[in-house]
Amino acid sequence: MLPECRAGSPASLSRLESRDLNDRQTCTGDRKAEDYMWSRANQLFCWASPLLPCCWCQVSRFCPPRKSCYDWIGPPDKCSNLRPVHFYIPENESPLEQKLRELRQETQEWNQQFWANQNLTFRKEKEEFIHSRLKAKGLGLRAESGQKATLNAEEMADFYKEFLSKNFQKHMYYNRDWYKRNFAITYFMGKVALEKIWNKLRLKQKKTIN
Amino acid sequence: MAASPHTLSSRLLTGWVGGCVWYLERRAMQESPHKFMHLFRNINKQWITFQHFNFLKRMYVTQLNRSLNQQVKPKPEPVTSPFLEKTSSGQAKAEVHELRPISPPSLPLSRKANEKELIELESASVIEASIDVGNATKEEKQWKEMKLHVDDLPGILARLSKIKLTALVVSTTSAGFALAPGPFDWPCFLLTLLGTGLASCAANSINQFFEVPFDSNMNRTKNRPLVRGQISPLLAVSFATCCALPGVALLTWGVNPLTGALGVFNIFLYTCCYTPLKRISIANTWVGAVVGAIPPVMGWTAATGCLDAGAFLLGGILYSWQFPHFNALSWGLREDYSRGGYCMMSVTHPALCRRVALRHCLALIGLSTAAPILDVTTWTFPVISLPINLYISYLGFRFYRDADRKSSRKLFFCSLWHLPLFLLLMLTCKQPPGGGSDKGEPQS
Repeated sequence: MLPECRAGSPASLSRLESRDLNDRQTCTGDRKAEDYMWSRANQLFCWASPLLPCCWCQVSRFCPPRKSCYDWIGPPDKCSNLRPVHFYIPENESPLEQKLRELRQETQEWNQQFWANQNLTFRKEKEEFIHSRLKAKGLGLRAESGQKATLNAEEMADFYKEFLSKNFQKHMYYNRDWYKRNFAITYFMGKVALEKIWNKLRLKQKKTIN
Repeated sequence: MAASPHTLSSRLLTGWVGGCVWYLERRAMQESPHKFMHLFRNINKQWITFQHFNFLKRMYVTQLNRSLNQQVKPKPEPVTSPFLEKTSSGQAKAEVHELRPISPPSLPLSRKANEKELIELESASVIEASIDVGNATKEEKQWKEMKLHVDDLPGILARLSKIKLTALVVSTTSAGFALAPGPFDWPCFLLTLLGTGLASCAANSINQFFEVPFDSNMNRTKNRPLVRGQISPLLAVSFATCCALPGVALLTWGVNPLTGALGVFNIFLYTCCYTPLKRISIANTWVGAVVGAIPPVMGWTAATGCLDAGAFLLGGILYSWQFPHFNALSWGLREDYSRGGYCMMSVTHPALCRRVALRHCLALIGLSTAAPILDVTTWTFPVISLPINLYISYLGFRFYRDADRKSSRKLFFCSLWHLPLFLLLMLTCKQPPGGGSDKGEPQS
């Protein structure tokens, strides 16, 4: 269904150094081609279909320059407010590094899903609350000036309280899982760092012997 | 980013473009989504597709309700900067609009009708596509390499350790040390400040480490280093450890074990009690108030080596001060707290929130009166501190009665200058040493 990450140099992507499909650092090097869309086509698909809520879109599939050996972090997602990370896959990735990367990737997707859903639900329920209160007051959805009618902070307080208590259990489960994942990621980061240091020392040792 | 295509498209819809646009929109609305996808697949027709669907995108953007744009929530009112933190955005927002000449499509489309539309709309599409190119480039420019530059590290660590809050904590510790009876020992004083500062840095770093996704979703905290990926979680934890260990060691062996123990306890209370409790129960505010109260107690114990009435008085003053300060601040953040899942009094028990703030404003008057009774200050102190205490109580009362944003902001800003002034007055009215023994002069 989704278009492949293509080679060539469309105007906006000419700034990026490589569009080579075989290059590991580009989209298809580390993922299936179908997983990636040309970023603008992606946005277009999203915008072209008014039936799809914004949060169902994939995040912009940015492809970092070939020379870069680091992860790249993007602007905050419009739905979840979380910044997506494009993970770098080194050529000689160890099993531990792979495990870490996959854990981070999976956590990122899990976080994205939770917060996108959370924010969307909040916005939707807030709108419904405003509509129902305005209706109860006998006011229309638009003020006389033509602008959207809103309630003041004190009127909204009831909604905030209700929303918080309604989602309390959900947040408890999320908090518990988030703490677990955060600790696990940091633990594996530590292990990977130690592994790298150990490999460097071994390499140095070999060089001095030679 | 959602705003600029909308603005541009509204301009482009004027004049003769409008007619063609309407025609195209009608055609596009009648097409099934599958046909769009079919067009997408053809790689060689990328520019045709691009121009065509960019234009369609503009159509849908203008036709759709604004609320369907990709903004999760409208921008909130400007939030006051709490705890002296800056909330300025550090993101680069270079506006690049590239107007490139786009060659007409060379390959035929599968459907003739689209060709016709494209020829009609080519000139409009040229500008559209190039502006969209600019937007896409702008979006791609916002991607940053997660490479740590050594030059940036001090700034990043300063923000990670909430350096301004740490400075406030250190100054309350110094007030505690200075107000304590006994000779003023400069080396001990400096070690206490350094140790407390390091402990505070460690605690703040761990707090940020725990709260990355929550901080991302709140305007006040969305520019923190871990949220922006400027530093890895491992580095944040390492930094915290590198601050906590020497900090506590300094306090324990450089000052005295009691101060060291209080330092450890405070780090634990802040990171392992207050931080998780924020999402579980409103009790977090009371725990947080204790966290704020401990530094001046540490200053006192560093000077005297014991926990006596004066230490508890100072702790009590800072404890009471936290409530008008934080409750007023949290009043304007109710939406963010509700959405983010934070259990704060301002959301769950608004009346209690205001009542507690007022109660503790009045308690400050009581505590200033207790100061001379406990021989911490002279009787001048309750008298000269009465005006500022009455003023903050008045603002507390207004907040209690009016319960609006204006009164909450006034109370919050008052609390920011009230505390330093209050401590300063305390220092100037410090009880002079009795019996003519060699004591240090009041520090100011």
